[in-house]
Amino acid sequence: MTTTIRERKLTRRELLKSSVAAGATLVVGAGFVAASDAAWATETTAIKPETMATLIQMARDIYPHDHVGDEYYVAAVKGYDTADKAEMIEAGIAALNAAAQGKGFASYLAMGWERDRVDVLRAMENSAFFQTVRGGLVTGLYNQKAVWPLFGYEGESYSKGGYINRGFDDINWL
Amino acid sequence: MAAPFDLNDDSVVVVIGTGAGGGVLANELAQKGVSVVALEAGGRYLPEDYINDEWDSFGQLAWVDPRTTSGDWRVAKDFSGLPAWIVKAVGGTTIHWAGASLRFQEHEWKAATTYGNVQGANLLDWPIDGAEMDPWYTKAEDKLGVTRTGGRDGLPGNNNFKVFEAGAKKLGYKEVHTGRMAINSAEYDDRLSCQQTGFCFQGCKWGAKWSAAYTDIPRGEATGNLEVREKAHVARIVHNDKGKVTGVEYFDADGKLQMQKARVVCVAGNSFESPRLLLNSASSMFPDGLANSSGQVGRNYMRHMTGSVYAVFDKPVKMWRGTTMAGIIQDEARHDPSRGFVGGYELETLALGLPFMAAFLDPGAWGREFTTALDMYENMAGMWIVGEDMPQETNRVTLNHDVKDKWGLPVANVNFSDHPNDIAMRNHAYERGTAVYEAVGATRTFPTPPYPSTHNLGTNRMSENPRDGVVNKWGRTHDIANLYISDGSQFTTGAAENPTLTIVALAIRQADHLAKEMAAGNL
Repeated sequence: MTTTIRERKLTRRELLKSSVAAGATLVVGAGFVAASDAAWATETTAIKPETMATLIQMARDIYPHDHVGDEYYVAAVKGYDTADKAEMIEAGIAALNAAAQGKGFASYLAMGWERDRVDVLRAMENSAFFQTVRGGLVTGLYNQKAVWPLFGYEGESYSKGGYINRGFDDINWL
Repeated sequence: MAAPFDLNDDSVVVVIGTGAGGGVLANELAQKGVSVVALEAGGRYLPEDYINDEWDSFGQLAWVDPRTTSGDWRVAKDFSGLPAWIVKAVGGTTIHWAGASLRFQEHEWKAATTYGNVQGANLLDWPIDGAEMDPWYTKAEDKLGVTRTGGRDGLPGNNNFKVFEAGAKKLGYKEVHTGRMAINSAEYDDRLSCQQTGFCFQGCKWGAKWSAAYTDIPRGEATGNLEVREKAHVARIVHNDKGKVTGVEYFDADGKLQMQKARVVCVAGNSFESPRLLLNSASSMFPDGLANSSGQVGRNYMRHMTGSVYAVFDKPVKMWRGTTMAGIIQDEARHDPSRGFVGGYELETLALGLPFMAAFLDPGAWGREFTTALDMYENMAGMWIVGEDMPQETNRVTLNHDVKDKWGLPVANVNFSDHPNDIAMRNHAYERGTAVYEAVGATRTFPTPPYPSTHNLGTNRMSENPRDGVVNKWGRTHDIANLYISDGSQFTTGAAENPTLTIVALAIRQADHLAKEMAAGNL
């Protein structure tokens, strides 16, 4: 789960002061990743915060939805921040950075254009690491109930009596 | 003697599986006063237990015991351990099914005669026909309360149907309606009418859709003639030295091996488990498995030619609202070889929720081509394609001795590759389905690959000649007089129609046959 800044007892100013930019929308600090506007922050325990920041960007590059905030991608990959998965994730992200460096960038996050990052991902899409992350996102991202309204999907309907009186046939443009 | 029955009671009919075939057969026999023990691998879930959530429901109901796959079908790559999306529960896949209830067309009973020699296809005529099946279909339609039959009204059309219907009419299609559905358009047989909730695939929480789980099973039990043993996983059918089956070994809910004696055994475990069980029951007398003198057990696996077409529009559709599959175009179901293939197909409305759309729209895909499709989820309409596929001897269920289930039994391997006729038909259907949506202004369309199979057919097929198949016209195995097959695995060919109504009709007919044979002392 993402934690709020208040829970961390950091002010927005303190958080931004104690962190450095990681890509366009993220900052990392000691043991945490946060939105660059400090709207949310998440702590890391088993993997490095830079690794988590890269993983979040990777998740967004695999399934980019511009109207879905980073916090949902964080929730989708947060489960990798455990002792038993840390080695696999660190190695996979290291390979991602090495591939970016092979293209003359400092790191994956340093690639400003999605097109360049996607090129790196395409080259590794048959790897176990990529397929694990991608496969996990199918449920990790799209099975979050909080994400559904962003796509218009209404989810459970039995408790509301179905749609028989709530627009099952309300289409008006045909 | 009344249920529950003793393990040593050898007067009972043992039915293996409680879905459309086994569940109906068990009840029909019980109603006729026959003692029945039904062994069901799954647990019992009723409408109050069903979950309006795709993945949670899948976790509750789906058969996820290990299976393996091979062949060139895409399911073997994308869902290698999940060749079928079927249910492990009392009532079987009648909990999950969409409810589409169509009779075979007359010519489909005689595929070999009608289609002629199709290279690579192992076509055969059924030993029965539409005239033989007509009264049994009527009984099945009345049992299920099928709309547009027996004076029952059709369901109202939802948003997804309205888009589909408008496109179909613009193309000049004539046979377009909200389907013949085993979903009540008005209260019927103590079941409510459809509340347009969606989630038909997750079990109908209103009971508006017919399922054996809350109709045939409890009614059979109420007679005192039916005992359903849940979480009973059948391992082997045993026989005597005269070649008659004498009972069934199964692992009970505690994992203990039990043996139920039987007068007759009826196998209805769906088209993977039924042949697997016959093969796993091999003995010194039947080294190739039970009822397999023809070598056809497990062969001719059919899954229907399927696929989907989804389309995006510039305005909302909200396809998930309402009945999942109440919409059909039947004009392409005819046999018309001028289209470049034999047999035909139905187009039926279908909706998936966002979680399953993400999993099934283009399995394995990523990046913006994929995500921009999901971004338009609210503006999507969808249809499913279901057509006749060709039986092929090499499309088959075999035992995989390298992979065992939790009871140590070899699992089923499912090998499937499309026949060229299947591919030609699918491409035609993709083109037609796409045209339907483009006729009403689709801005983007998606010819979506087949999902894990829900229509599993043919692996113990019915034949006039014992050389060509596994069972005769009653579902009785050619080799063993008191061993029957009671599910879709007895299908000789698949026809274009969703198979459940035919499975139910065959089960009602088989129950009538069994009761008469037992009364006459022939069993």
